[in-house]
Amino acid sequence: MTINELQDEIIEEFSQFDDWMDKYALLIDLGNSLEALDPKHKNPQNIIEGCQSRVWLNAELNNGIITYQGESDAVLVKGIVSLLIQVLSGHTADEIINTELYFIDKIGLKEHLSPTRSNGLLAMVKQMKIFALAYKSAVSTKQ
Amino acid sequence: MTNEQLRQIRADFPILTEKIYTKDLIYFDNGATTQKPRCVVERIEEGYYHLNANIHRGVHYLSQKATEAHEAARSTVAEFLHAGKREEIIFTRGTTEAINLVATSFGEAFCKAGDEVIVSVMEHHSNIVPWQMLCERKGMRLRVIPINERGELDLEIYKSLLNEHTKIVSIAHVSNVLGTINPVAEIIRLAHEHNVPVLVDGAQSVPHIPVNVVELDADFYVFSAHKIYGPTGIGVLYGKENLLNAIPPYQGGGEMIQTVTFEKTTYNELPFKFEAGTPDYIGSTALAEALRYVQCIGLDTIAIHEHGLLTYATERLFEIEGMHIIGTAKEKSAVISFLVGTIHPYDIGMLLDKLGIAVRTGHHCAQPLIDSLEIPGTVRVSFAFYNTKGEIDNFIVALKRVVGMLQ
Repeated sequence: MTINELQDEIIEEFSQFDDWMDKYALLIDLGNSLEALDPKHKNPQNIIEGCQSRVWLNAELNNGIITYQGESDAVLVKGIVSLLIQVLSGHTADEIINTELYFIDKIGLKEHLSPTRSNGLLAMVKQMKIFALAYKSAVSTKQ
Repeated sequence: MTNEQLRQIRADFPILTEKIYTKDLIYFDNGATTQKPRCVVERIEEGYYHLNANIHRGVHYLSQKATEAHEAARSTVAEFLHAGKREEIIFTRGTTEAINLVATSFGEAFCKAGDEVIVSVMEHHSNIVPWQMLCERKGMRLRVIPINERGELDLEIYKSLLNEHTKIVSIAHVSNVLGTINPVAEIIRLAHEHNVPVLVDGAQSVPHIPVNVVELDADFYVFSAHKIYGPTGIGVLYGKENLLNAIPPYQGGGEMIQTVTFEKTTYNELPFKFEAGTPDYIGSTALAEALRYVQCIGLDTIAIHEHGLLTYATERLFEIEGMHIIGTAKEKSAVISFLVGTIHPYDIGMLLDKLGIAVRTGHHCAQPLIDSLEIPGTVRVSFAFYNTKGEIDNFIVALKRVVGMLQ
């Protein structure tokens, strides 16, 4: 599936709930089912220091495809990490760099998160794109 | 406080009827800032609509009226703190600026390399960082009073920290995280035995307990208007006259001068020496209005009501399995920090928000304290006199639901 198809899928999944508590219950489920990050990747280089919860992100490149892993000590944040991984993992650097992540706005995550939290969310997206840029330049240098 | 009194008080605070995501607002974040009664907001409006002119300068009618209002506000604050002289009241932008003022000006006048400043581990960043900056500038040392398992200061260690190098002690009257009411009178007495002055950070105390700076013998006492139902952007530094006279101005500019020439400027007398630039004369009058409002209800009545809320909420919180209350001092203000099992405080705060309940989560600008307790932060509920047991009941129902979702 393309990144946009994956985004649309998430928007659809969230649209079935009117009540924010139900949307958050879904985020909690996603957070709880997120695969634990290998402890070796929970290092200071991979940390995205938010105001209140810590987030670790890691990316790997295999055959031109980037896969992401991540974790947070707050389960709601883990849910958000899970969504971002669901959308961006398994794509090429170019696809990731050129994508516009509209699902965050569409499911109301951005407006319903406090400014510090929202900045944390933006910081996560930024970091994932930085990983993609870094792999892209690494690949082009090799070539 | 009767139910009818409480109903009337709540009617003075329009924001309390707001709907948050269609739910009734339950505002339990009073430690961060308090809501404003109608009279305070009306006072601001009246100031801008009918009394606005720059003070201490104009010969015209409005300027004189505005000046009178600003100086009357100073007297109201002086009476509120039971200060000896109204000149001992300096208006600042808040607690933070007041502490920075003292750290800078007192530090300039009295401190040198090798000297020491004593704070405690439970201080707000505002009462740590200005002193750290002073220590860096002068080559001084910051000494820290630890706490026991209940969140009370270890006075024995405090005594051992006081020595001939100690230049000042700066301590919170009430902890914004633990709710601990510190024995500041005793802390001041012990410091004075070594001729060391004490600054008391009253940000979390003045809204809840009566303060008498003369009885306490505090050398400096500071607080913020917005935490006591007043406007944001204004606060108070009380300082003993002899100390304020002995330290240099903090900022230069208009108002704080006597005469200015390019060769030499002489400074104005107290309190103007420390109020450079156009002061917040609208804010000062609104603060005075807030203090009158609080005094009208009565700080004793407020203390009794809030203590009732503290006791009731504490009891009810323990209905929740895994409840861990951080800060169980014998003398405690209406602030409760807690954690439930291994749930991250952020998750609890975010979900409570969706149910219309405003709490604070995180390190509460007291990172060294949170780190020393080896926790990721806390959820904090902090009460005001307009809060009710009914709100606590609804909060407990919501918290049980949230914890159920997260466990």
